[in-house]
Amino acid sequence: MSTYTLPAALAEIVDDFQALTEPDRLQLLLEFSRGLPELPERLKDHPELLEQVVECQSPLFLTIESEKNSDGEGERIYRLFFKAPQEAPTTRGFAGVLHEGLDGLTAAEILAVPDDMPELLGLTRAITPLRMRGMTAMLGRIKRKVAAAQRLSKTAH
Amino acid sequence: MPYPVEQNEKFASYANPERLVSTEWLAAALAGGALADGKLVVVESDEDVLLYETGHIPGAVKIDWHTDLNDEVTRDYVDGSAFAALAASKGISRDTTVVIYGDKSNWWAAYALWVFTLFGHEDVRLLDGGRDKWIAEGRELTTDSSQPEVGEYPVVERNDAPIRAFKDDVLAHLGKPLIDVRSPEEYTGQRTHMPAYPEEGALRGGHIPTAASVPWAKAAAEDGTYRTRDELEALYLGEAGLKTGDDVVAYCRIGERSSHTWFALKYLLGFETVRNYDGSWTEWGNAVRVPIAKGAERGSVPADLVRK
Repeated sequence: MSTYTLPAALAEIVDDFQALTEPDRLQLLLEFSRGLPELPERLKDHPELLEQVVECQSPLFLTIESEKNSDGEGERIYRLFFKAPQEAPTTRGFAGVLHEGLDGLTAAEILAVPDDMPELLGLTRAITPLRMRGMTAMLGRIKRKVAAAQRLSKTAH
Repeated sequence: MPYPVEQNEKFASYANPERLVSTEWLAAALAGGALADGKLVVVESDEDVLLYETGHIPGAVKIDWHTDLNDEVTRDYVDGSAFAALAASKGISRDTTVVIYGDKSNWWAAYALWVFTLFGHEDVRLLDGGRDKWIAEGRELTTDSSQPEVGEYPVVERNDAPIRAFKDDVLAHLGKPLIDVRSPEEYTGQRTHMPAYPEEGALRGGHIPTAASVPWAKAAAEDGTYRTRDELEALYLGEAGLKTGDDVVAYCRIGERSSHTWFALKYLLGFETVRNYDGSWTEWGNAVRVPIAKGAERGSVPADLVRK
């Protein structure tokens, strides 16, 4: 599988992972776990606005919001929000990858990401199949939510 | 020369008090410079492959159950030479006292301890309460990487038979006590995976016929330490109906939670013959011509498998 359908930021992350040895890939994932942004205050106070991805081994909650493009025209863009505990660095790390790779993109760009994109990170030996499935589920949930939001916004216009 | 054994009232009532250390004991040993000469090595073993890197007990080394202890090609544990290389690289020699701790009340730590025991490592102990208790007590953590001096570890062939059961061993064992340590929902067959964990592909839900259901966490107190001897006896001898001297097999989904129970039965209650069936439900639930029981009842051994 090639990375040609990946948005630029995500493709760059995949390239970074693939250039490394396995221990360094894990180290990079750890850095992503540290870089995962905190929830904004308005979401922190409203946990019910986030959905749990139950396939993840550790509690992982996420939501998306759409907003107008910076110039106010063209396609709407999507913002991603994640919540995962500090003691679940693997789960946080993957959330960090998706955040950096997909935050602020259009629905079309996000929906074009292949479902098995997590496998491109080269972590399938170091990380158990169970966790890999959690990562895939996280991406799947984002895509489903984006697709649903896009349908809603189309009917509204 | 093994490191001195901890003496305290709780541990003294266990069959093998030398298999546990408390957080107080470990903190004092570390403060006394125990790690300096390689006689004591502290190992962290977690479910999450990155957790150690977020902060660990100063001087502790990491052993990952998935990347370090498994051989993915043979679907087995590593062999004698790979284990020797691993141990030596972590500063462990054959006579080193190894203290293992980890997350989730020591699931994976107990699993690592069980693998060390397959190789006959003599002095390997669990930190009672594990990582969470150490952190809850506000004890020191560091992200500094540990650089142990390489140990000297001989190539020892694994001796599986005394503490490890394979599927055929379990079939031959039917009629003798089995302990299923999974959740009640997994035991009855309502689900094939742990609550809040994803589906893992077992085709059938249920349990091995005649197995008693004793979820692993019943052996742990609120703070993740093992329950007292009296409490453990009430659980395994009382509720589960084991008798002193029984030959017992414990299993779960892949053998990690049952390592925690194996440790309790073997070292805390002193059952001589306790084996962990690491193939567990992932194998049994999918195996051809292997019987299961569904529902809350233990079920009985099918007639064609009753030992003559």
